[in-house]
Amino acid sequence: MFDLSGKTALVTGGSYGLGVVWATALAEAGADVALTARSKDLLEANAKALADATGRKVTAHVGDVTVDADVERVVAEVVEAHGKLDVLVNNAGVNDATGKPSEQVSVADFRQCLDVDLTGVFSFARAAGRHMLERGSGSIVNISSMLGLNGSEFVNPAYHAAKAGVINLTRLLAVEWADRGVRVNAIAPGYFMSEMVREGLELTGMRMWIDSRTPMRRMGEHDELKGAVVFLASAAASYITGVTLPVDGGYSSVMGMSQFKTPHPHWNRPGPIAGEKMYPGMAPLPDAILKDGIPGFHYPIEEA
Amino acid sequence: MGQLDLFDLSGKVAIVTGASMGFGVMFAHALADAGADVAVTARSADLLEQTAASVREASGRKVTVHPGDVTSVPDVQRVIAEVLDQHGRIDIVVNNAGISDLRGLPSEHADHETFRRVIDVDLMGVWYFCREAAPHMLERGSGSIINIASILGSGGSEYNNPWYHTAKGAVLNLTRQLAVEWGDRKVRVNAIAPGFFVTEMTRPFLEGVGMAPWIESRTPMRRLGDTTKDLVGPLLLLASDAGAYITGHTLFVDGGHEASRGAWQITPSHYYWAKDAPRVGTTYEGLVPNEFESWKLGIPGLHYPAPEA
Repeated sequence: MFDLSGKTALVTGGSYGLGVVWATALAEAGADVALTARSKDLLEANAKALADATGRKVTAHVGDVTVDADVERVVAEVVEAHGKLDVLVNNAGVNDATGKPSEQVSVADFRQCLDVDLTGVFSFARAAGRHMLERGSGSIVNISSMLGLNGSEFVNPAYHAAKAGVINLTRLLAVEWADRGVRVNAIAPGYFMSEMVREGLELTGMRMWIDSRTPMRRMGEHDELKGAVVFLASAAASYITGVTLPVDGGYSSVMGMSQFKTPHPHWNRPGPIAGEKMYPGMAPLPDAILKDGIPGFHYPIEEA
Repeated sequence: MGQLDLFDLSGKVAIVTGASMGFGVMFAHALADAGADVAVTARSADLLEQTAASVREASGRKVTVHPGDVTSVPDVQRVIAEVLDQHGRIDIVVNNAGISDLRGLPSEHADHETFRRVIDVDLMGVWYFCREAAPHMLERGSGSIINIASILGSGGSEYNNPWYHTAKGAVLNLTRQLAVEWGDRKVRVNAIAPGFFVTEMTRPFLEGVGMAPWIESRTPMRRLGDTTKDLVGPLLLLASDAGAYITGHTLFVDGGHEASRGAWQITPSHYYWAKDAPRVGTTYEGLVPNEFESWKLGIPGLHYPAPEA
């Protein structure tokens, strides 16, 4: 039921990060995999490593999700190399994580983020979707984010907008293509620990902060994403389309995602917050806190 | 291979409520097929024995029978104690037992007794089993609870089933609350919200009065759920380690019904005119294109007088 033997899956953003996780999960479940991203070197190295580890056929296709011609070519190449395309994982995405307040974010940066994170998803869904509709069969999995479910203090307007856009685009494509055999779903991951982010999260103390506000009190591990993508890609999800599956340790089930003011801007502030006002009734952080940090964050909370 | 092991339930013990008929029988089979030992409960001992015999025969797993009423707290406590006694542990609870009143009564005519009864089974029954199974799971620091809700839990509808909408909507938020509360003690709580499937409960409504074609016409996949297989994958995802970082979520298994929020009910009008951009793949064969009188008349209140209230 969860077996993907005989299927071909295309993963965008397959050069690093979660792209590698999805690709590994699909290959382990039996699928042949095609990877696409901009970097030829990384792609080819990943393709070789994945093929060696799983024994599946893995191909690399260099392309930029924001270039229409690249997208068309990549899908054509995959169909040529594998004979068909059954699963598309729309993973490629960028994120400006500097925590700039929205009033400081340039419109050009906003546009660029949407170009990759939202329009790129549509572009690949459209190109792969045509092929799938003709065959009357296919599963598209768009990678959204927990941050696409609502506003949050992880300030990043373009990312929030793009990932929310992905969720509703998923619904639209799902209902439109449902009776022609193509399922479209999304995964909304919470914070996932990886070698890429581990050091940064631990050095800044962000990790403890994220842990403290996640019901499971921990970040996710890569292996915990594998079940979701294999499930949505496979026949196990035969009657599921248009859903967004959060894999977030319960984060999005909490009624208030924004539990208190983020400490983030105090250390990583590219410009003043417009109006520089605290929330009504809140005093600015005392100097001592700026110096010593926040209890439970920079030093242990006293035991009760 | 390694990946498929993620969904394996070998060595686990699962309780299925409402296992005398409908989804309950199918869930018991699905869990046992995935390797779990199963404890089935419902009011009818005879029907439970049938379920148990068929699951044992198909899977070779240990299946035990525990008659009880989900609306009776002593029954629920006894069932949990029996399962712990006979299996030594509880890893999975599938809160499936539920009833519905399908007479289609408008709310202003609905009787309080029925409302109370449906809430008692569909909501309180879920709560009792969560509450009574949780101490054991929390102590062991491991467990997965799966509540069976419904797409009717996500909003109002014209199905005139106020009790069911209320109970299932509450199940969704109970699921969130328990998930948030027990998340750090490693007990996961999720829900499955099925669309329309033919079971003993819905057969009179879907087949008897011909509702099935109508529901199909407004479901993006244009079909009802397949009771034999469409819910098995979702159950295994949430029950197994494949869903280890998923909690509090309600997974809709509804052919796209929820994604459209009811807006995908009729043939879209524009496909019919957009001849230079035809739909790839099949068309709406068999469906009548939108040539409603209203298209010709225009917009009420603009092109012709709005009807009087």
